[in-house]
Amino acid sequence: MTLPSYPVPEGAGYPAGSALSIRGLAKSFGGKPAVNGISLEVPTGSFYGLVGPNGAGKTTTLSMATGLLRPDAGTALVLGIDVWQDPLGAKRLMGVLPDGVRLFDRLSGEQLITYAGLLHGLDRATVAARTRDLLEAFDLTADARTLVVDYSAGMTKKIALAASLVHAPRLLVLDEPFESVDPVSAANIRAILTDYVHSGGTVIVSSHVMDLVQRMCDHVAVVAQGQLLAAGTVDEVRGESTLEDRFVQLVGGHGPAEGLSWLRT
Amino acid sequence: MVAHLITLKLVLLRNGLRRSVGQLVGLIIGSLYGLGLLFLAVLGLILLRLADAAIAEPIVVLGGSALLAGWAFAPILVSGVDLTLDPGRFALYPIPLSRLLVGQALAGIIGVPGACTAVALAATVVTWARDPLTFIAGIVGAALALGLCVVVSRLVASAVTDLATSRRFREGSRMIMMVPIVLLGPIVGLAIRGMETNLEAMRSLAQVLAWTPLGAALAVPGAVAEGHLLEAFAKLLIAAASLAVAAWAWSRALARALVTPASRASSGSKAGRRGLGPFGWMPASPAGAVAARALIYWVRDPRYGTALIIVPLVPVILFFSSAQQHQSDVFLLSGPLAAFLLAWSLATDVSYDSTAFSLHLTAGVRGRADRWGRALALLTFAVPAAIVIALVPFAVSGRWGLLPAYMGLALGVLLSGSGLASVVSSRFTVTVPLPGESPFKRPPGNATQTFLVQIGGLLTLGLLVLPEIVLVALSVGTGETGYGWAALLVGVVLGSALFVLGITLGGIWLDRRGPEVYASLVRSG
Repeated sequence: MTLPSYPVPEGAGYPAGSALSIRGLAKSFGGKPAVNGISLEVPTGSFYGLVGPNGAGKTTTLSMATGLLRPDAGTALVLGIDVWQDPLGAKRLMGVLPDGVRLFDRLSGEQLITYAGLLHGLDRATVAARTRDLLEAFDLTADARTLVVDYSAGMTKKIALAASLVHAPRLLVLDEPFESVDPVSAANIRAILTDYVHSGGTVIVSSHVMDLVQRMCDHVAVVAQGQLLAAGTVDEVRGESTLEDRFVQLVGGHGPAEGLSWLRT
Repeated sequence: MVAHLITLKLVLLRNGLRRSVGQLVGLIIGSLYGLGLLFLAVLGLILLRLADAAIAEPIVVLGGSALLAGWAFAPILVSGVDLTLDPGRFALYPIPLSRLLVGQALAGIIGVPGACTAVALAATVVTWARDPLTFIAGIVGAALALGLCVVVSRLVASAVTDLATSRRFREGSRMIMMVPIVLLGPIVGLAIRGMETNLEAMRSLAQVLAWTPLGAALAVPGAVAEGHLLEAFAKLLIAAASLAVAAWAWSRALARALVTPASRASSGSKAGRRGLGPFGWMPASPAGAVAARALIYWVRDPRYGTALIIVPLVPVILFFSSAQQHQSDVFLLSGPLAAFLLAWSLATDVSYDSTAFSLHLTAGVRGRADRWGRALALLTFAVPAAIVIALVPFAVSGRWGLLPAYMGLALGVLLSGSGLASVVSSRFTVTVPLPGESPFKRPPGNATQTFLVQIGGLLTLGLLVLPEIVLVALSVGTGETGYGWAALLVGVVLGSALFVLGITLGGIWLDRRGPEVYASLVRSG
C-alpha cells in the first residue's frame, strides 16, 4: 500500500486511488461543533478503522460522508464522485450501515433485502439470487421469513449489513457493525468483510473496540472531540505500543479510578 | 419518592417547553381554553350555593358524571395517553409499588386537565357549604371524585396500551374491538338529544347516576343536605368501593407492566408462512418496491390500521347524525369524507417510517419514486373503498340522481388529497407514535406544528376541490343531472392532474430536502 493515508490539508488534490476522500467536513448542532474540520483519505482496497470515544463525532462524520447529513462545510468524494453534488451517483457506489437507525422491521428478513435491492434499481432475478446468497452467507436462511422485529440484536445487525451489500457496492461504510453482536456472528461478519476487501472492495468501519480494529483493519484514524488526532496504517499509528494504549494516550483518558474507594467490597 | 415523581413530571414539562416554542404555544392555548371552561364551571357552582339542594344536586351529579366519563374515555377517544411517566420506565428501580402508585396518581393531576378538574371539584365544596355536616360531606365527595377521575383514566390508559401492544391483538383483530368505541359518540349523541328536550328525564337520569360509581361521590353532599343521611352513607360506600376497586385493578395492571415491558413479547411462530408478499407481484422498480413495502405496512403495522378504522364507519356515523337533524344531505357526504380520511393518511407516511427512512436515502431513491410508491399503495385499496362508501348512502336513500355529483366529489377529494398529502409529507414531519409503540400513545413533541399542518392541509384541499364543490351545489340546487356528470368528469380529470402534480412537486422537494427530512425524523425518534 503506497498510497498516502495521512491527515491531508484542506484544498489538497484528490488522489486518484482513493475510495473515500473527506476534506474539511464540519457540522455544528445548536452552536456546539460536533465535527470540526476532519479530512481523511481512505485508499481503495483498504480496511479502514475509524476509532474514537463516545461522542467523538464518528457517526456525524460518516453520516456526512454518506449523504445522510448535510455538512456545514467541507466535501466528501466517493471514488471521485462528490456525495453532495451528485448524491445518486455516489450512493450507487456505496453500501451504508448507519448506527442506531430503525429498519423496516415489519418486513421479513428476505423481504428487507429484496426491498433494498429493488430500491437500488436491480431487476427481480438479480435481487432474488443475491438475496438467497446473502441469507446463506450470513447464516440467516432459517429465519428468512421471520419478521425482522422478532430478530435478536445480532441478527438485526447482520440483516442490515446484508441489505447494504445487495447492490454490490465498491465502498462499504459501516457504523459500529459489531455492536451487540455475539462472537460467532462477529467472526461471520469479519470473514465476509475480509473476503470483500481481498476481492478489491474498500471497507470503513467505526468502532471503539480497539482490539478488534487492531486485528482486523490495516488503516486507522483516531478522532476525538470532532477532530482528527492521528491517521495512517495501523502499525504507523500504534508504533511500539498496542493500539488501545496509544488510543488512550492520544485521547487523554485518566488512569485507574482512585475515587471509587467505597466500591471495593 | 412521591415528591420525586411529581418533580420529574414538572421537569419533563419544563424541558419539553424549553425545547420547542410550539409546545409552549400549545400549552398556553390549552390553558386558555381550559381556564375559560373552568371559569364558567366555577361561577355556576358558586351560584348553585344559592339554589335549593333539590335543584343543585342533579346538576352537580350530571356534571360530575360527565367529567368522570370524560376522564375515562379521554385515553381512547382523544387518541392520546400521557405516558411521560410510563410505568415500564421505572421497572429497573427498587421502588415499592404502593409509592409508585401514589406518585403516578398525583402526577396525573399535574397538567392542564388535572388542574382544571381539581379546581372545579373544589368549587363543588362551595356549593355544599350550607352547614358543617354538608360541608364535610362536600369535601369528602370532591376528594373521592378527583381520585376516581385520575385512577380510572390511568386504568383505562394502561388497559388500552396493554391491549394495543400485546402481540395477539396487533394484526387486525384489535381493530374490530375499536368499532363499538368509535360508534359510542353517535349513540351517546342520540341519547343526549333525546334527553335535553325533557327536564324530567334529566332529573331521573341524575337519580340513576347518583347510585352508580359515576355520580355517587358527588351525590353524597346533596343527600346530606336534604337530610337523607342513610342514603348519603350508602352512596359514600359506593363511591369509596369503586375507587378501591379501580385502584386495585390499576395496581395490578401497573405491577404487570413492571415485570412485562410492553411490545417485547415475541411470537416467532409466523416463520415459514410468508413469501415475498407484494414484492412478488408489484413492478420490480424502486416505485413498485416502495408500494409493496407500504402495502405490507398498511396491513401489518397497527398504527396505519388505527387511522383507517373510522373509514368504513363514516356512513354509519353520518347516518345517525343526519337522522337526528333531518338533514339527509349530510349522509350523502359519506363518500367525500371517507375519501378525505383515506387520502390524508398519506401525510403521516414518512413520519411513520421514522429513521428507517435512512434506507431510502442511502439507496438513493428518487423522490418521485418514493412518492409514487406510497401513493400507489394507498390508491390500490382507497379507490375501491371510496367508491363503495360513496355508493352506500344512495343505495339506502334511493336518490340515485345525485350519485354522479357526489361520486365526482369523492374521487376528486381522494385524488387531489393524495397529491396534496404527497407534497405535505415531503416537507413536514409530524409527531406520531414510533414503530412498535402503541398507536394510542401520544408522543411528546411538536403538537402545534402537527395541528397547523392538518388545518392548513384541509383548507388547501378545500380550494383544490372547489370546482367539484360548486358543481355538486349546482346539481343539488337545480336538480339538473348534467351538473352531476360534469362533477364526475372534473373530479376524475382535475383530480388526476393534481395528483400527478403533487407527486412530481413532492418528489422534487424530497430530492432537494431528503437529508433535512431525515434529520427531523432523527430528532423525533
